This record gives sequence, structure tokens and C-alpha cells, in this order.
Amino acid sequence: MREFSFHRAASVADLPAGATIIAGGTNLLDLMKHEVMAPESLVDITRLDLDRVEAEGDGLRIGALVRNSDLAAHPTIRRDYAVLSRALLAGASGQLRNMATTGGNLMQRTRCPYFYDRRMACNKRDPGAGCAAMGGVTRNHAILGASDHCIATYPGDMAVALRALDAVVEIDGPSPRRVPLADFHQLPGDTPHIETALQPGDLITAVVLPAPVAGQHRYRKVRDRASYAFALVSVAAVIRLDGGTINHAALAFGGVAAKPWRDPDIERLLTGREPSDALFAEAADLLLRPARGQGENKFKIPLLRRSLIATLRDATGMEATA
Amino acid sequence: MKITLNLNGTSHHLDVDPRTTLLDVLRHHLGLTGTKKGCDHGQCGACTVLMDGRRVNSCLTLACMAEDADITTIEGIGTPGNLSPLQQQFLDHDGFQCGYCTPGQICSATAMLEEIAAGWPSHASDSLDGPFDLTHAEIAERMSGNLCRCAAYPNIVAAIRQAGRDGSRQEDAA
Repeated sequence: MREFSFHRAASVADLPAGATIIAGGTNLLDLMKHEVMAPESLVDITRLDLDRVEAEGDGLRIGALVRNSDLAAHPTIRRDYAVLSRALLAGASGQLRNMATTGGNLMQRTRCPYFYDRRMACNKRDPGAGCAAMGGVTRNHAILGASDHCIATYPGDMAVALRALDAVVEIDGPSPRRVPLADFHQLPGDTPHIETALQPGDLITAVVLPAPVAGQHRYRKVRDRASYAFALVSVAAVIRLDGGTINHAALAFGGVAAKPWRDPDIERLLTGREPSDALFAEAADLLLRPARGQGENKFKIPLLRRSLIATLRDATGMEATA
Repeated sequence: MKITLNLNGTSHHLDVDPRTTLLDVLRHHLGLTGTKKGCDHGQCGACTVLMDGRRVNSCLTLACMAEDADITTIEGIGTPGNLSPLQQQFLDHDGFQCGYCTPGQICSATAMLEEIAAGWPSHASDSLDGPFDLTHAEIAERMSGNLCRCAAYPNIVAAIRQAGRDGSRQEDAA
């Protein structure tokens, strides 16, 4: 690990310019050990008063420092936003969830092995260097929204559920603002080193959820091990039926792109229709129209298709297997 | 930088490089070698300790960030003459082979049983509302952050299940 200076922030206004923020540190310290990240200055924000879950209108404001384990177990989250509890519980280990924070989890970096290995070319780590992942080991790489410069995925689970819940990220800094989670993570394009909407001096202070949607909340995660592994693909779903037809369908997908993926076209297709295998197959066709494999990860295309259909069957009360 | 750590009920004043992890302070500065270094990247759980009663990976915690917390290591959980109930169950069920992962397993399981008592759900729970029984599936899921290279898992699960049952019986009797 490279040398750094350490400072503990006493207030949001006390953040030193140019310092790298640390909260739970579970991803940042790992990257610092690999010297993929080498901040000269660290500021510890864990003493800031940002660890509450409180009502905001009909919705909920989740402080950036609320730990993943506390959020997953929070009574209101369990009751009204179950897809979020389920996604959190599907991620990492008990130890890591106790450290990982809501804000920090949004800032989690990709688990692309070429990003982690400093001997390999990586446009995300070293803009313009090239991408060693292309033509390499691509099992955990993107099938949607990738570019010729980067095929890395956003690895987290929490944000996938937040995307299905239409969450908004509250940011303090030179220009305090709220950014929909939809616009927070960035697709790589020709600037894969730009991963989020944050600007220098910004601090995530909260994630805000709108009023809950009653209905079936599901988080389906497919991975190489039954526990403690990143998603190959995941599906977050909030589905509500009214008199035999779908009247709310929010679907977000993890493990397949540089951001939690959501496609309004498939939600429009499903809304107002009666659940059926034909409809779900049509939705999967639509979702996967822009999908492109990167060699080894081509299996994710049929896997995502089956995961979507299985989630929809489950959430609409159809039999588990077609 | 100068820091104070509250460790197993005692305050320690230390002067450390900011890069020093809590794990390295425990082992190299304080000589508490019960906490093990396995992967040093938060993947194996051998370094698990309790911070304010919650299980964490000490390899992914900077010592300077652990100030003000009450830290408990395996040395604070029990001693050879005064074993914790979980330690006794690991002995009774032969919950190890080489023993390297055992301190982390026991620290982790100690906090995990508290999490169940507090009503925390897991990925293996059918309902988010509980009750959460100490089934094999629940224990395996909740302990997935602790690897055992010798694969003593069946006996580890049996030891934790027995300690958990004994613990809830004591609570019922109280």
C-alpha cells in the first residue's frame, strides 16, 4: 500500500479538497493493497451524522453511512422495499455487510480482473492504455452497454434493487443536488474511467426512495457459488397485478452492464397485459435485442433470458418451471 | 499517528503508520496472534474480530479507523480455562482440522448468533420476517464469509447449531 495522510472529518463542511473519502473501506482498502488505487490523502467520514433511516414524504431517506446489514434488517425496508433487503442479503458476507455503507456501495468499483491487475492494460485504470479483457477471460463481463474501450460490469446488488425502486442519490458539495440513480452510474463509452456522476468535492449524503409500491418484490441472483459471490446475472423485480393483468412492472438487471440496467420498453410491453409465457418470451427478446457477448461470457445472454422469465413467472404466481 | 484502541476491555496507546490494518496491529504490535491472516483481502474470514459486538474483517479495517470502538478478539472471547460456549462446542464436535480458520469461525459465529437473536434475516430465509431457525441452510449462508480449507464444515455447522440451541434454551429459562 502506498503512503497516505489520514484525516477524520468532523462535519460535511470539513472535507479536505482532493482527499479520497473512506467509509466502510471494504473495497477501497482492497484496491489500495493492490495499488490499483493510491490516494495521497484519505478522509474518514464514518463519524458524520449520516447513519439514519428516516421518513421523507411518503418515501424514505437512507443516510449514506447506514451499514448494509442494518439496512437489510430495517423493519420498513423489509416490509415496504423487500427487493432492497433481498438484494443486500444476496451480497458479500456478514462481515462485509457490517462494514459496507449505502454510499460506499454505490461507489464500488468493477471486479474485472484486468482492472485489478496492474500489469494488464486497462482504460479504466489508465485511460488510453487499451483493454486486456477483450479476447481474454470474460466470464464476469458485460453483455449490454459495453464499448470498444471497456467491457467491465458494475458488480453490486444493492444498486440493482435501488434502480428498480427509482431511487435518487442526494449529493452535497460545491453544487448540492439530487441525481436519479438512473443517471448516477455511467456507461463506458470512450471514457470508462468516469464511472459516476460525482464531481470533485462531492459527497453522497443519502439515497432517497419514493413511496413504496405494494406488490411482489423479488431479487433473483445467479452466481458461481450459492453464497458470497458476485452475480453472473441478477434480476430485481417489483411487479403488481390488478385483476389478472400486470399494472406495475419495474425490472432492473445486475452483472450485465457497467450500471444497473433497466429497459423501459420491456416494462411498457408488460404493463396492462396478462402474464403468459408468450409475453415473457417477448419481453426477454426485447431486453436482449442489444445484447452482445464477449467470447466467454456469451452464456450470459441465455442466462439473463431464463432469469428474467423465471423471475416474472415467480412474481406473477405462475408455476416455477415452464 | 498516535491512536488508542479499546481491546478486550483494555486501552492500548499506539503509534502506527496510517496504512496499518487492525489485523497487523493485533498480531505485530500487540502480540495477539489468535487472529489469523489468511487472504488479507476480506475473502476468507480468518481475521474476523468483533467491533462493538459486530463481526468485521480486521484485514480490511485500518487501525486508525477502529479508534473509539470496543474490539474483541478470540483472546477476549474465552481462555483455555474459561471457554465460551461456542469454543466448547467446537471442541465437542471436532469443528476443525488444522485450526487456522477456527478463531475467525468462532468470532464470526459468536456475532452471527447475536444477529439471529436480534431478528436479522438472511439470504437463506424464506420470509424476511422470521422466525429464523438454525437450519443447515441458514448457518451455511450466514457463515459464508468464513472459509475452512480443511472443509470441516459439517462439524462447524453442528457446533454452531448446538451452541445456538443451548443459548436459546438459556434465554427461555431466564
